[in-house]
Amino acid sequence: MSATTLVTLPDQATARIPKMNFITKENGLLSWLLTGDHKRIATLYLISITFFFFIGGALAGLIRLELLTPQSDLMASDTYNKVFTMHGIVMIFLFLVPSVPATLGNFFIPMMIGAKDLALPKINLLSWYLYVVGGILVLYTMISGGVDTGWTFTTPLSTHYVNTNVMSTGLAIFIAGFSSIFTGLNFIVTIHKMRCPGMTWFRLPLFVWANYAASILMVLGTPVLAIAIVLVALERTIGIGVFDPTRGGDPLLFQHLFWFYSHPAVYIMILPGMGVISETISTFSRKRVFGYTAVAFSSVAIAVFGFFVWAHHMFIMGISNYSALVFSLLTMLVAVPSAIKIFNWTFTLYKGSITFETPMLYSFGFMGLFTIGGLTGVFLGASGTDIHLTETYFIVAHFHFVMVGGMLMAFLAGVHFWWPKMTGRMYPEKISQLAALITFIGFNFTFFPQFILGTLGMPRRYAAYPPEFQILNVFSTAGATILGVGYLLPVLYLVWSLKYGEIAGDNPWQATGLEWQTQSPPLTENFTTTPVMDHEAYDYEWLESQQAKEVASVG
Amino acid sequence: MSDQKEMYEMEHHTVSPMIYLAILGALLVGTAATVWASFIDLGEWHIAPGLTVFWNPVVALAIACSKAVLVVLFFMHVKYSTKLTKLTVISGFFVFLALIGMTLCDYFTRAWGRW
Amino acid sequence: MSDSRAVIDAVTAEAHEHPAYQRHHFETITQQFDATNFAMWLFLLTEVMFFGGLFTAYLIMRNWYYPAFVEASHQLNIGWGTANTGILILSSFTMAMGVWNAQKQRKRGLVGCLILTFILGLAFLGVKTIEYSEKYEKHHIPGFHYSMSSFLDPASDPDVHSSYPEDKPLALDMARHTELYFFLYFAMTGMHALHMIIGIAILGYLIVRAQAGDFTTGHFTYIENFGLYWHFVDIIWIFLFPLLYLISRH
Repeated sequence: MSATTLVTLPDQATARIPKMNFITKENGLLSWLLTGDHKRIATLYLISITFFFFIGGALAGLIRLELLTPQSDLMASDTYNKVFTMHGIVMIFLFLVPSVPATLGNFFIPMMIGAKDLALPKINLLSWYLYVVGGILVLYTMISGGVDTGWTFTTPLSTHYVNTNVMSTGLAIFIAGFSSIFTGLNFIVTIHKMRCPGMTWFRLPLFVWANYAASILMVLGTPVLAIAIVLVALERTIGIGVFDPTRGGDPLLFQHLFWFYSHPAVYIMILPGMGVISETISTFSRKRVFGYTAVAFSSVAIAVFGFFVWAHHMFIMGISNYSALVFSLLTMLVAVPSAIKIFNWTFTLYKGSITFETPMLYSFGFMGLFTIGGLTGVFLGASGTDIHLTETYFIVAHFHFVMVGGMLMAFLAGVHFWWPKMTGRMYPEKISQLAALITFIGFNFTFFPQFILGTLGMPRRYAAYPPEFQILNVFSTAGATILGVGYLLPVLYLVWSLKYGEIAGDNPWQATGLEWQTQSPPLTENFTTTPVMDHEAYDYEWLESQQAKEVASVG
Repeated sequence: MSDQKEMYEMEHHTVSPMIYLAILGALLVGTAATVWASFIDLGEWHIAPGLTVFWNPVVALAIACSKAVLVVLFFMHVKYSTKLTKLTVISGFFVFLALIGMTLCDYFTRAWGRW
Repeated sequence: MSDSRAVIDAVTAEAHEHPAYQRHHFETITQQFDATNFAMWLFLLTEVMFFGGLFTAYLIMRNWYYPAFVEASHQLNIGWGTANTGILILSSFTMAMGVWNAQKQRKRGLVGCLILTFILGLAFLGVKTIEYSEKYEKHHIPGFHYSMSSFLDPASDPDVHSSYPEDKPLALDMARHTELYFFLYFAMTGMHALHMIIGIAILGYLIVRAQAGDFTTGHFTYIENFGLYWHFVDIIWIFLFPLLYLISRH
């Protein structure tokens, strides 16, 4: 094992992809479309969410192009409203929410706990179909005129004042929401009931803990979004006035119900990414995660506290001052578990044998950018500063730092980390490190200026802005171009690697975890015999003793 | 396979129909009680100026909650279920209360004015 | 269950060391039962949160427009409401007895209980239909020629006025809010009725399979889990009844 990389590949001259694996087990389109195999469903999800990511990305490109100039010259203001709304809806509901859970979670949670599949394989497949139907409805909405309310569907704008496709978008999100609920439900049942012998809760990889916490949020939070959408739909069709102040209703009621889900939604999005980071930081510093129990409990703490802070999205909307006070205090609390994780990952790195493979580069990017994004979240959690910064580009920068600089980087880290296991092939390391670097640079150029724009007062969701903001916007658009390149490259080289990548073998990263003790790609039933877990998580000594035994038996 | 089946039957305690009948009776009595109580003015309790508790809705909700608890414990077998099931029920109830409670806190405190 | 199917099942059971109805990704039948039971409970949690949004809306509006809610609730017939509550509680009892029969592997008892539950469910929906059609006739369906005349002038509505003679005429703006009450009434009972319809449909399917003997061979998971769903729908009504019908009848 050299000092610059820990990658250990089998001899490329003689290595072959195992003939029998989950991909070759059955052939034909129907065997994929009617599968119960969690690994195939994860692959279907990976392809679908990549498709929607690029649609959302194209919309982002349109936004940045429009914002090159202070006037709304590229498109009319109404069109711009539709573009940023669809960008939000596609990116949040069709990309970020299912990103890690439905792809990496689906693929690896059963393997990590030593099970043959998730508890409810048919529900898993149903969940993918619901996602696809939701996605198709969103595409339909886009081509039939779009929706311009913002992804937040604020009432009474969405119920009384717009003529656009609120109903079909609502239906799309309702259906996609059930996809999310079923995924979460499946994970909770699987993690509770299907752990292999010896796999106690505190021997689980932290990736499993993180997905478990996110699943609780999915199951308990998403139905409230569903009922909020139903009420908006009823209001639009019948026009009763539950959200209409002129008829005795309260528009804030919608926002309470909407944000009751949408705040936990941001934790649904970030927690699985944090799970990925726990795995990559440990593997690429060859050291057990510092403070395993703290990281595990902090995942659950984020999930629990995340339910009690939603009105920090509503400080300026008309909630009572006393309510704002309480929610502001609680918001400060919810930052603590996230910070605990960052500290623990940092202490994991300390005195570890760090190498800089692509997943680790993305993980470093995550730690820095998520910290900035999270800290700015704390600034916004204080209702005093929030009154000035909300609905400006500061908010836009804040959530892009956590979602793109945080979550998307974690997703890419995970895809790269587990690519060898899913496909049996390594991705090309040099170009992937270059892509990671390009992404990091592009990201900072795109979104850092937006913090400044926000504090200077540029409002969000405006196609036209005062000319003094132009230079920072140009900077931001330039960065977005670089960012786009950074995201295009992985698609290209990952697809390339499917045919031309080096054969990875079982465990190119020398990682612990049950999934790395099987062949790459795995068998359909994951394990030939039920594994028995007899060591702690992240036990590198156990791994070395396993490898010593292997060498001895061959020699 | 047969000792698996035994274990399985042991773990899945069969509730006697007598208990079901008793619960049915209790639920019907509760229904009658709540209807009867709604026809009587049960008065109020003035805790503080501007803070009054009216007993009618409190009684109605208390009876409804008791009925629900009986259904959950006995008809839905939660009394004989694992700790996990009990924890699941309680956590669902808890989040439900958080949604309603914290939302209502906003509405109730709006009238208190701006500090 | 036909003979050939029984033979196939027996052969399969011999070939594997587990019952034929155990899915291959589960290690033991207990694990399968526990997992599916837990999954149904989690699904019920999502339903609790779904109705939670409606309850929140209701509690706020009731608090804001109490007089409108009181007088509007007098339009609901307490006899029908109480009868429906009794019907649903009885159906929960028959459903629980159905599960007991399945556990005891008594096919006729199981089918009988399921059929009784089915009939009681239909009876509930029948009563709801009567109530809804009353609302339709009196123009109390929100958004469809809604009429406030019964609240602006209670004397114009003799059947309700005779039961509640102390109801005062409401001011115009408060009378408008009775439409909100009916919106919540139809939204909540309608959502509940939708869940009943789905439940009854599934119940029909279960009756057919129970008659074929599928649930009296030791594999009664479907009956037990459906029972959980049915009891949950009953619990929703247990709360809807006092909130909608019994706001204040004195």
